[in-house]
Amino acid sequence: MRVSIDGDRCQGHGRCFNLAPDVFGFDDLGNGVVLVESAEDERTIRLARLAQVNCPEHAISVDD
Amino acid sequence: MTDESVSDFAVDWDHTDPRWVHDPYPIWEDLRGRCPVAHTERYGGAWFPATHAGVSAVATDTEHFTSRTVVIGNGRPTEEAPPAPIGVAPPITSDPPFHQIARRLVLPVFAPGPVRDLEPMVRALCGRLLDALAGQREVNAATQYAQFIPPAVIIRMLGFPEADEELFREFVHVVLEGVNHPVEERIEEFAPIEAYLDAQIEDHRANPRDDLTSYLLGVEVAGQRLSIEHVRGTMVLVLIAGIDTTWSAIGASLWHLASHPDDLARLVAEPDLMPIAVEEFLRYYAPVTMARLVKDDVDFLGCPMKRDDWILLGFPAANRDPSVFPDADRFIIDRLENRHLAFGLGIHRCAGSNLARMELRVAIEEFIKRYPKFELIDADAVTWSQGQVRGPRHLPIRVG
Ligand code: HEM
Repeated sequence: MRVSIDGDRCQGHGRCFNLAPDVFGFDDLGNGVVLVESAEDERTIRLARLAQVNCPEHAISVDD
Repeated sequence: MTDESVSDFAVDWDHTDPRWVHDPYPIWEDLRGRCPVAHTERYGGAWFPATHAGVSAVATDTEHFTSRTVVIGNGRPTEEAPPAPIGVAPPITSDPPFHQIARRLVLPVFAPGPVRDLEPMVRALCGRLLDALAGQREVNAATQYAQFIPPAVIIRMLGFPEADEELFREFVHVVLEGVNHPVEERIEEFAPIEAYLDAQIEDHRANPRDDLTSYLLGVEVAGQRLSIEHVRGTMVLVLIAGIDTTWSAIGASLWHLASHPDDLARLVAEPDLMPIAVEEFLRYYAPVTMARLVKDDVDFLGCPMKRDDWILLGFPAANRDPSVFPDADRFIIDRLENRHLAFGLGIHRCAGSNLARMELRVAIEEFIKRYPKFELIDADAVTWSQGQVRGPRHLPIRVG
């Protein structure tokens, strides 16, 4: 699984790093950054997808 | 508000109509079903998209819509408001490209790191407010608790004397609830606020310290200090945007818990649920609605919009759209998928959302820790604010 944030869409709602702090962090402006870009364990995948479906700007992609 | 009452919200809506103020949700549901973009001749002409798609389309389109004025006034907007891109209260009244410059200045101040550092202060504050209520069996959760939290935090951040909290709650009312007063009256109402801020700015110029006021006075963009209007405008913005909104969110959440004992019991038993519950409070009781102006005549969402028509962005209505949220009209405390728009969408996403969320979470955590059981004394006695920020203003509950 690979996770990415589209920096042009992200507006810093902070949903990803609040829901999945092991997978996402934030920069000085409070925009989301990916901490774990790829992973195969179930927990990380579940958390990445949880963040994805909560991002109001649809800025997160999770690919198999 | 115009005197005649509304007969059909699809063609004559009014967000100050008592029915809208008291319980807007059935009105919006009805609109979604038959007229997803409502119109009114009131306020000089205005539109209200009631769907998630409609709200999103306008919020993310800065080509056809301007943020020059985000609070609906009495009639068509006058040219009194300074033109975009800067506007009276940057960044909320700014358009691109200036908006991004103004926004970047404030984002670091409200970023997750600095907000985390404020959490112990907020927790201690909530504790003191609750201590002051000790022994009371009946409490007004809006005016004796929720109302005190946001101004204390903002005043601390701006570096104003703590004793001035009371003054600030008055300022916020003047600004938000006087929107329909005549212009001359408004200028008069604003005078004390301007004078207070100018005095604080002077004092911070003479004695710079580590706070938001000194930061705004000192920060440079392209080698230049900000204009005094910009500094004052941003100070006014965080005062207005930070107080009534968060007070309303805390109040509405407590209102929900006071009238839904199952949800209260569950939160008390499962404190880890809090971050998820907070997002559902925000979705279900989103307190903030913001306006835009149409830049030039345009057909949008199938509507013939005219230059300077208002558009009211109903983020709270978008949050109840069943095409995006299953069981949209049910409060589901453990709703895991929740793309709500309580903090807006697009480039104006609430700059204070990290702070607001933390205040809301801590305020509820401390309240239910102190009072694991509480209930409404009289549901009919609860009153809700009128205007673009919605929350309970009178919330009598029985505790213990
Ligand atoms: C639960 C509480 C709050 C809610 C629901 C809320 C909601 C919103 C919304 C919907 C917007 C977007 C406005 C638009 O699109 O025109 C906004 C903007 C803004 N809010 Fe909040 N807000 C809250 C608390 C706060 C706090 C505590 C602060 C700071 C002290 C704050 C500061 C701002 C600022 C500076 C903007 C303008 C951002 C920009 O234009 O780039 N808000 N807020």
